[in-house]
Amino acid sequence: MRIVCPFCGERELGEFTYLGDAKPVRPVAGAPEDEVFDYVYLRDNIAGVMEENWYHGGGCRAWLKVTRNTLTHEISLVEPAAGAGARHVVK
Amino acid sequence: MKYSIFSLARAALSGHKNWQRTWRDATPKDRYDVVIIGGGGHGLATAWFLASEFGIKNVAVLEKGWIGSGNAGRNTTIIRSNYGLPGNTGFYELSMKLWERMEQDLNYNAMVSQRGVINLYHSDAQRDAYARRGNTMRINGIDAELLDLAAVKKMMPFLNFDNARFPVQGGLLQRRGGTARHDAVVWGYAHAASELGVDIIQNCEVTGFVRDANGKVTGVETSRGRIGAGKVGMAVAGSSSRVAAMAGLRLPIESHVLQAFVSEAIKPLIPNVMTFGAGHFYVSQSDKGGLVFGGDIDGYNSYAQRGNMPVMEDVCEGGMALIPMIGRVRLLRQWGGIMDMSMDGSPIIDKAPVDGLYLNAGWCYGGFKATPGSGFVFAHLLARDESHKEAARFRLDRFRTGAMIDEKGQGAQPNLH
Repeated sequence: MRIVCPFCGERELGEFTYLGDAKPVRPVAGAPEDEVFDYVYLRDNIAGVMEENWYHGGGCRAWLKVTRNTLTHEISLVEPAAGAGARHVVK
Repeated sequence: MKYSIFSLARAALSGHKNWQRTWRDATPKDRYDVVIIGGGGHGLATAWFLASEFGIKNVAVLEKGWIGSGNAGRNTTIIRSNYGLPGNTGFYELSMKLWERMEQDLNYNAMVSQRGVINLYHSDAQRDAYARRGNTMRINGIDAELLDLAAVKKMMPFLNFDNARFPVQGGLLQRRGGTARHDAVVWGYAHAASELGVDIIQNCEVTGFVRDANGKVTGVETSRGRIGAGKVGMAVAGSSSRVAAMAGLRLPIESHVLQAFVSEAIKPLIPNVMTFGAGHFYVSQSDKGGLVFGGDIDGYNSYAQRGNMPVMEDVCEGGMALIPMIGRVRLLRQWGGIMDMSMDGSPIIDKAPVDGLYLNAGWCYGGFKATPGSGFVFAHLLARDESHKEAARFRLDRFRTGAMIDEKGQGAQPNLH
């Protein structure tokens, strides 16, 4: 697996760290226990195309949103995560 | 058929042409008392215990591929019961005791080899933690020995004891631990279960659950038609989330890939199963001579049954740090299996929140050693509708109540803790 970082270009997997599914959103402070439980422990654990957060620690140190197929490891899209310098990327 | 020295001699004298199939490949009936989804070690062991211990013989095991084609055929074959936390200690010892009598119970040679499992320690703090775990084991009637440097040097003189960063200081040894032939475990349970009338149905993929008006599970839809069931048990580690989703459940599980490796065959070298305490590397030697080793999961969600280079490099670095002389041994094969990574690193054996459905899931990368114990306690749960006392803590709701069993202090991802 190689990831094409929008800032650094194509790099080998060892430069990146995985956080996981990009879909869950941290509940607001004071949210009901069920919401927090769901966010912390439960997973969709998608078999197929999934949007994920990856961190390019061995390069630009930006957070990336990677669209990847968990059945084949095929990566179809890599974007800067929200707030991670997205405005610096020339489309 | 019954295997013995006489059956072997008879077969040998007739040119090995008259062996019967070791188990019966069944076609599905309309209904069973219990349907087990998943024809791996855990599913087949469950079926055998249901039939032999709990008197429930109208049982089917459904397997989407061929039996043992998942993680039962992809592990590094280690058996041990060196756990320190309540919930784990008793359960894995129950499993260890069942390993010790498995071959007699099943009338099948599973090549159970109690060659010892040693965890090496590399610092004073790690020694203290191992001493504590060893003491916990001994209090619970499990064998454990804390070895000092001299004892480890005598046992394995070829280790790199003077590694500048991680010198070996000693190890925690469980002599009753060891290895077993993984495929033979699958075939042995299939053989013994089949003899007792269990139907083993291959190429039969579950595509949905049949529910009655109250939502109770009353059967499964499969690629070979609808099969009715009094109870349905899931033992599909790696795919637990996908199967549970058909019943509308979301589980505290992520599927990750774990790689394993075998080197070319060399003369006898590794006398036991050993783990490097300063990294994640464990190794044993197969009877064919290959070094069988592994390390960490790759660290990203995957259902692909194959891994990537960074972890291969990391595992080999761990091996080189511990045993520098294996540097010129060539890697022969490498493969990946899909691990049910639960959020605290411990399994789930419990009734599902859906009536009629029972879960056996979340084995992370430690399912093989649990095979007989898992089968026994899951059969107990299915037969009696209550948890066996050694599995009572493997509850699904422990993530909600906070009663986690975090033996390693990590679940699917180290950065979650």
